Amino acid sequence: MSAPTLVPGLTAPARPKKLSSSERVLASGLRVVAIRRPTVPMVEVRLRIPFFSAKPGHLARSSLLSRTLLTGTAEHDRTELAIALGDLGAELSVGVDADRLVLSASGIASGLPALLGLYAELLTSASYPSAEVAGERGRMLERIAMSRSQAGVVAGEALAERLAPGHPYGRTLPTEQEVTATTRAQLRSLHSSLVRPDGALLVIVGDISPARALAAAESALAGWTGTAPAPKAPPLPPIAASPLLVLDRPGSVQTAFRFGGPGVGRQDERYPALQLANLIFGGYISSRWVENIRERKGFSYSPRSAIEHSALRSSFTVSADVATEVTAPAMLETLYELGRMASGPVTEAELESVRQYAIGTLALSTATQAGLATTVSGLLGVGVELDWLVNHPLRLARVTVADVAEVSAQFLAPRALVGVAVGDAAAITGPLAGIVEVESSVGN
Amino acid sequence: MPSASRVLTLPPLSFHLQHHTLRNGLRVVLAPDRQVPAVAIAVYYDVGFRSEPQGRTGFAHLFEHLMFQGSANLEKLEHFHYVQSSGGTFNGSTRLDYTNYYEVLPAHALERGLFLEADRMRSPRITEENLANQIDVVKEEIRVNVLNRPYGGFPWLQLPQLMYDTFPNAHNGYGGFEDLNNATVADASSFFDSYYAPANAVLSITGDFDPDQALEMVERHFAPIRRRRKPKRPDFAEPPLTAERRTVVVDELAPIPALAIGYRVTDPGADFRRYLATVLLAEILSNGDASRLHRSLVQSKGLVTDVSAYLGTFGDPLEERDPTRLNITAHYPDRGATDAVLAAVDAELVRLAEDGTEPGELHRACIQLAALISGELDNVMNRGQEFAKFELLFGDSSLILRLPGLLSEITDDDLRAVAAALTPTSRAVVEVVPGAAR
Repeated sequence: MSAPTLVPGLTAPARPKKLSSSERVLASGLRVVAIRRPTVPMVEVRLRIPFFSAKPGHLARSSLLSRTLLTGTAEHDRTELAIALGDLGAELSVGVDADRLVLSASGIASGLPALLGLYAELLTSASYPSAEVAGERGRMLERIAMSRSQAGVVAGEALAERLAPGHPYGRTLPTEQEVTATTRAQLRSLHSSLVRPDGALLVIVGDISPARALAAAESALAGWTGTAPAPKAPPLPPIAASPLLVLDRPGSVQTAFRFGGPGVGRQDERYPALQLANLIFGGYISSRWVENIRERKGFSYSPRSAIEHSALRSSFTVSADVATEVTAPAMLETLYELGRMASGPVTEAELESVRQYAIGTLALSTATQAGLATTVSGLLGVGVELDWLVNHPLRLARVTVADVAEVSAQFLAPRALVGVAVGDAAAITGPLAGIVEVESSVGN
Repeated sequence: MPSASRVLTLPPLSFHLQHHTLRNGLRVVLAPDRQVPAVAIAVYYDVGFRSEPQGRTGFAHLFEHLMFQGSANLEKLEHFHYVQSSGGTFNGSTRLDYTNYYEVLPAHALERGLFLEADRMRSPRITEENLANQIDVVKEEIRVNVLNRPYGGFPWLQLPQLMYDTFPNAHNGYGGFEDLNNATVADASSFFDSYYAPANAVLSITGDFDPDQALEMVERHFAPIRRRRKPKRPDFAEPPLTAERRTVVVDELAPIPALAIGYRVTDPGADFRRYLATVLLAEILSNGDASRLHRSLVQSKGLVTDVSAYLGTFGDPLEERDPTRLNITAHYPDRGATDAVLAAVDAELVRLAEDGTEPGELHRACIQLAALISGELDNVMNRGQEFAKFELLFGDSSLILRLPGLLSEITDDDLRAVAAALTPTSRAVVEVVPGAAR
């Protein structure tokens, strides 16, 4: 047998397996979706509750609420709750962002009814004990200080502000004063107001019978009722063209730069083309920009671009951390590759590569219980129904070079983006100012 | 309502494994699972940080980068292109005792994936230009993960220097910039010749494939690779610590102090039962709000912002051989509280050693770990990596599937014995203090 010298071709692709889900809307308005996936004897649960609010102080309150939700109920203290979860082989975490509160759990499948019972207890009788609120408030201040000592976090905050000034989306971390001013009474009031089932979504995926999972949810959560007031969402301001904002991080050995601009959501007919344009530009390692600044020039370890989705808006983002001394050359290459996307065609080979990548990674993202639960929750939570998972690959298959050129000209053009750079201002401002218009700030 | 009235158990995991060894010594593990819509390929080489030469710190990791830079039949960038344009993803990583490469692909790309792995096992294409480029990329990786980040590389870069005395165990596995700059193409050829022999590797294939067809493909692509001698692995053992070691490290970017305690622990290869008792101990110390250290240091005393106890360098308790360690790390706002934090950790270890566990505590730790393992193995790529890793390090790919059962055999006495051995004289403590800003 001699060594092969040609790369083997692909054999015939398998047909994707159809996803079969069961669902029920409970009397409370909670939508419950269950999917059987018996790969391991476990179950994944995602409860997603709309949590948007433009009220002052909401960012600090929702963050602290998410950190104290598991610290006590009418019947059990923090330790007892953790023991109850542990006995089910379960882990439960609470996450929050500007749009929603999510209670995510995984546990042993046979413990699902008891796990949902714990959900019900938390949802209906979380007590936010004074001592726990005080302790978590202090630790939250320390964690915020730790976060803000990272260049990437500072850059992310500044970019969010540029993309949505004056809007809740414009902030990612609360101020120290806001956290300090948050009280137990405010957390209880926020819980009472927004932690309501009407309009919320519960997804259950795992080694379970969907019928029994739906029945278990209906039985466990019967006592959780009510409707949250409709949020008053202020309109998002348009993204205003602005100079590159340089934030000083004296002595920094790297510059963290981030760009952002508008994108389109998953239901927009331009989305498949934009998703593929993003991949060709910088969304995977075989992309133009990553090959340029990583594999050719060695400027950066993990440059990446992405389409990010929120309930009210989608964005195209670009991020890289580069050595201080190559900041300006890296910026030049970035603008060059963006400009090249916006002004010239991609090749059929480039398009075919990202098409296969997008279809393949979509299948992989739903190949585990946890991945499927998170994907389904993410889609249904923003009003995208599950047939999207079947239809999106077909839409990707139809995208043409011309479609990519059209969305690139609109969304990937350097002029469509706003940017920030966090680094050693004394070293980088001069060189950057030779390439782009720069605005300096001593911090925000 | 929470109730411990019914004790849950987790059904045993059953995955069917097949083993083969090619004539050139490559060990192959096949784990077919037709439920999964993908196939995962993992290649583990028996070489890591511990084997890199003096004066070449960081070389094993740099070499991992070079393995993606083209090979006998592939130009630079082609490896990435072939995996991604087939709809797959890939990565690699370097650990103390192994370096791994893996990809997960749609099932119809299996043979292509095997070809890509075989081609670089046969002959990576290492040029001056690619070496210089990847030295730059690795330096950026170190800047972003260590130099430009508060607590960068903490504690895995600081603790070994303090608690070990020999170069293989103590040195910086990411590498110094001077050593990286000094790396040559000749170094890479020699490293490849020494450690990347087929007989020094394990290949696993997991997911949607037919085992007979897959084995034919493996023979076709890997069997022609020339047989080379499997290097003899040196003994990296060091004597246990007999007196406490302390050091203080200044971190200019850190906003609050942190500390890391390292304890040498049993060789997992010599006394696996005792090692597993240590794994459970770490779980009981810091997993979740009911854990010993969380209740004492975070909730009750309010001494620390967070606390974590884990085995091994990167948090996987079963990814390195002897010597390995138990780490306890914490961040805390008051630098004056260092001794109080250490005393509170000691008090919990003494309490465990003297009084043992509370009713249900040991079982809970077992079932949490068993659930964690199940969740990990649901992912076909993780599963393939675990099978290859356990085959390489322990000569037994299915050991991961038996772990839940073995953990459930650990007794309160086992746990008390390992807790009793974690004394102040057997530990090393790295204290991180915020820099000039304070």
